[in-house]
Order: sequence, then C-alpha cells, then structure tokens
Amino acid sequence: MSPAPAVQTAVQTSLGHPTASAIGFFFVIVVLTLAITYWAAKKTRSAKQFYAADRSVSAFQNGLALSGDYMSAASFLGIAGLVSLKGYDGMIYATGWLVGWPALMFLIAEPLRNLGKYTFADVVAFRLKQTPVRIASAIGGVLTVLLYTIAQMVGAGNLIKLMFGIKYELAELIVGAVMLAYVLFGGMIATTWVQIVKAILLLCGVTFLTILVLSKFGFNPANLYAAVAQDAKLGQAALEPGGQVSNPVDAVSLGLALMLGLLGLPHILMRFYTVPDAKAARKSVLYATGFIGYFYIIIPIVGFGAAVLVGRDVISGIDKGGNMAAPLLAELLGGTPFLGFIAAVAFATILAVVAGLTLAGASALSHDIYLNVVKHGTATEAEQVKVAKISTVVFGICAVLLGFLFKTQNVAFMVGLAFAVACSANFPALLLSIVWKRFTTAGAVASILTGAILAILLIIISPTVWVDVLKHEKAIFPYKNPAIFSMTASFLVAFLVSLMSKDDRAQAMFEDEKLRTYLGIGAE
Amino acid sequence: MKSTREMLQSEEFRRLVSRRWTVSIVLLVCLFVLYYGYILLIAFNKPFLAQKIGEYTTLGIPLGVGVIVGSWVLTAIYVVWANGHDVEVARLKDQVKK
Repeated sequence: MSPAPAVQTAVQTSLGHPTASAIGFFFVIVVLTLAITYWAAKKTRSAKQFYAADRSVSAFQNGLALSGDYMSAASFLGIAGLVSLKGYDGMIYATGWLVGWPALMFLIAEPLRNLGKYTFADVVAFRLKQTPVRIASAIGGVLTVLLYTIAQMVGAGNLIKLMFGIKYELAELIVGAVMLAYVLFGGMIATTWVQIVKAILLLCGVTFLTILVLSKFGFNPANLYAAVAQDAKLGQAALEPGGQVSNPVDAVSLGLALMLGLLGLPHILMRFYTVPDAKAARKSVLYATGFIGYFYIIIPIVGFGAAVLVGRDVISGIDKGGNMAAPLLAELLGGTPFLGFIAAVAFATILAVVAGLTLAGASALSHDIYLNVVKHGTATEAEQVKVAKISTVVFGICAVLLGFLFKTQNVAFMVGLAFAVACSANFPALLLSIVWKRFTTAGAVASILTGAILAILLIIISPTVWVDVLKHEKAIFPYKNPAIFSMTASFLVAFLVSLMSKDDRAQAMFEDEKLRTYLGIGAE
Repeated sequence: MKSTREMLQSEEFRRLVSRRWTVSIVLLVCLFVLYYGYILLIAFNKPFLAQKIGEYTTLGIPLGVGVIVGSWVLTAIYVVWANGHDVEVARLKDQVKK
C-alpha cells in the first residue's frame, strides 16, 4: 500500500517516508537501550535478578516504569487521534484509563508485594494447592498477556508502516528482535530501565508538543477551545459529549473492566516485585498515577490542537482512526526533526511495552508452570534462569507470529478483550485469596476458568464480533463489554464452589498469611 | 514479645487490619462516586456538561480533568494515611518473636 496521503492536502508531510532525522533518533534510542541491556546483562545471573531486578528498583523509578508499561503507543497516538476526530468523547476515554490506579492502590498493591515472589500466581497459590491453582492462574495470566501483546504488535506494525513506510511484516520482525534482546540478556533490570527511558522521552515529547500548541493560542486553553468552536468543521459540538456513552450498562461495564482489569494485568502486577518493600510499592503507585494523570490531561490539548491546526480531513485522510494526529501536528509545529523524534519515541514505546509483556508471559510459563508444576518448586538457580530465557524466546516468537496472524484485527477491541479477561479471570481470584478465609482451591480454579471463558464467549456473541466481524444480523448478547456479567459470574462461582468444597489447609494457613499480608513478616 | 498466635488474636492486630480495610473501602467508594458520577452525567444529562462556563469552554472539560486530578488526590490521601499507619505496623512487627 502506498504510504502517500489519500486526499490532496495543503499540508506537505514526510510521514510515511523514512527521513534522516527519524532514522537518526530511532538509531540513538535503540543504541541507548541496547547499551542499558549490555550493562544489565552483567547483573542478571539469578532468577531474582531476571524476574524482579533484584528488588533494587526505587519507588520513583518503578513509578516511571509502571507508567511506561501503561502509556502505550495506542494511548498516546490513539487518544490524541480520538480527540482530534471526535472531540470531547475522546477525553472520556482518557479519564477511564486512569481510574484503575487508585483502585489498585487501595485493594492490592501492598498485600501483593508482601505475599508474592515473582508473579501474581504466587499470591493466589500462597495457601492453596500449587498444581491446579498455578495452572489456572497461568492460563488466565498468559491469555491476558497474549491478547494485550497482539494488540501492541498489530498496532506497532501498522504505526511503523505509516510512519517509516516500511513493511508491516518487517516492522514486526524488528520489534520482535530488539525487544527479545532486551528481555533475554537484560531481564527485568534492562526491561525496567528501557521502560524508564521511554517514559521520560514520551512525557517530554508530549509536553513539548503541548507547549508548542499552547504557544499558538497565547498559552491559554480557552483560546484553543474558542478556535475549536469557531472552526467550521468542528464547532461547539466538539466540546460537548456526543454519542460516546449512549448505553449506561455498557458504560458501567467498560468502566469496571478498565478500573478492575488493571488489577489483573500480569505485566503491571509483576512490577511490584521489583521494589524493596510494600511501602515502596505504594509510593510507586502514587508516582505512576501522577505521571499517567498528567499525560492524560495534556493529551486532549494535543488532540484539539491537531484538529484545529492540521484539520480533520488531513488527519483522517492519512489514517481513518486518527492515529497520525500527533505526528502530523509535531511536523507542522516542529518540522521534520520533531516528527522524527515523535516517531522514534512511538517506536521506542512499542518496544518497551512489548518487552514488559514478554517478560510477564515468560514468567508465567517458566516460574508458574515449569518450576512450580513440573518441578514442584525444586530447580537450581541456573536451571530457572535457563528455562526463563527459553520461555522468553518462545513467547517472543509467538508474539511476532500472532502479529502476522491478526494483522487486520481492530486494536482497541483486542485491548478491551484483554482488560475484560483480566478483570474477570485474574482479579477475583487474586482479591479473594487475600481477603477471604474460606476461599478454596476448587473455588479459585472454577472462578478463573469461568471468568476467562465467559469473558471471551460473551465478546464473541456481542455486537463487536457477532455483527461487525462475523456479519450476523443481530448480536445474541446486546452489550459491547461483558465485564459486568463475566466478573460478577466469576465472583459468584468463587463463592459457591468454595462453600461447597473444603480446603482445611488453606483455612488453617489464612491466619499465618495475615501476618505477612499486613505486617510484612516473612515477605521476600 | 508475643508469639505469632498471640499477635493474631490480639485486639491491636485485629484493629489494625480492620482499620486498613475501612480506609480502603471508603476511598474506593469515593472513587466509584467520582468516576461513575461523571459517566452517568454523560449518559443521562449531556446538557449539564455542555453548558458553557467561559465564552466557549464547556463545563465538561474541567470536570473531565477533575476526575483525573481527583483520582490522584484519593491516591495521595491513601499514601499520607498509610505513612502514619506504618508506624503502628512497625510497632506490632517488632513485638512478634522472630
């Protein structure tokens, strides 16, 4: 496909052609991150170093890394694009993406840090029977990570194709190869630092873009909104809520998925084991919430700026989803070098997020399945690291292949699915294992499987797949987001099955677990 | 000094645990009210959000920003509370026999 804009426009763009500055910035970032990996590789010998960066990451660093994991290219380019094309409705998305963080803090951040070792399955399996619970948690965890990874890989391929004009498949391979280098050689230490570098670059880049936009409007957002309202194509309607939230059940359900899904995302939860203690875990959430909140507050300014300065026709002419709004704006305001910088940062963002996901997926395979199920918890350090690295390669190859396979899939839908599975399969079991004494092994397994299967099933028969993809007349399940039903079902199944089954050992251990949960006695 | 059993059964420890969850639940309810209040306004009362507060700026814009800032403030409140709570955690932790 030709990368040239589909409509004749007044704006000349070098988007879609690999410019010298874009390649230069990209090269600098890759060299810098590989240098970090080389440095980290020397520190990555034990399993604790590979999975948890030796628990040496500070609260501030982890806050940046957490926000790096969460601020994906999809949220940067996607929300800017949505605001530029849909106006105020794009902003509603931005608020929804933040509200999970306080919930994560109030409910599980500290107990998670105190009880676990490397993965969230450590917490669920703490007093339950290892084998069935580990297998179920790994299914829930890997499923979530895979869905999220597909979204990132597909998004990555398309964005890189649009920005640099290179082929989709080649883009997938570059992302796969570079991120494998990070994870394989540098483990969690490299992944964390790559994430920190990327978070800083992204925050600085978007801040600079926002300042450039505001400088056109006398540094007063009100002037920007006035320009939006007076624009013939946009008008006052762009500043008012439109049809985004038309069905309250769907809105409540989506909110639940976004809010509580975060509490079931393995790559986010894993970051809590990289800090020294529960207090640092807590502080890192505050930093992360601050960075992400700031990011989501300024992104709509970029979106509105793009709508006024670049124009909706140009933005949607290049990409229907509006994903190129921010890069186009960067080129208009800062010239080709700034476009190059933003493009390179978006690429780095994708690399870092995929690296974090791969590490989380690999740890579920190696730590939960191989070490605790196959080897019953007895394997040497060297063996653990070796298996972790093999799992990383396996997961990395899967990520690239799935990227090829799902080339035409809708990215936002895949992310929505990942969040729905996370909040329905992983979150209930995780929370109940911390707070409910009567929770049993059978209850946990039933809850995880019910949540995972129901979330996926309901999405298949929802309008998103049943009507849009499978082209049926009418959807069997009328709502776009299943979270409110699948999560409720997962909790109900957990209660019923737990009350019907008996797990004396788990009950007896609950009291002892409390000392570790609330006082941190015996925490790793 | 207390054995782990004595600590688990002590009034102090039980109070510590119940206080922790009370604070968490109260803040979580505030978060739900904040976020769903906003979402339900969008669903049921669009004109309210569309009313102008400046020449063109709509009330919806500061409210959206308010949800984000409010979420962060709730997180900060929890951290401030938890820092004080840590003193009691450390005191009880020291009382348990190693």
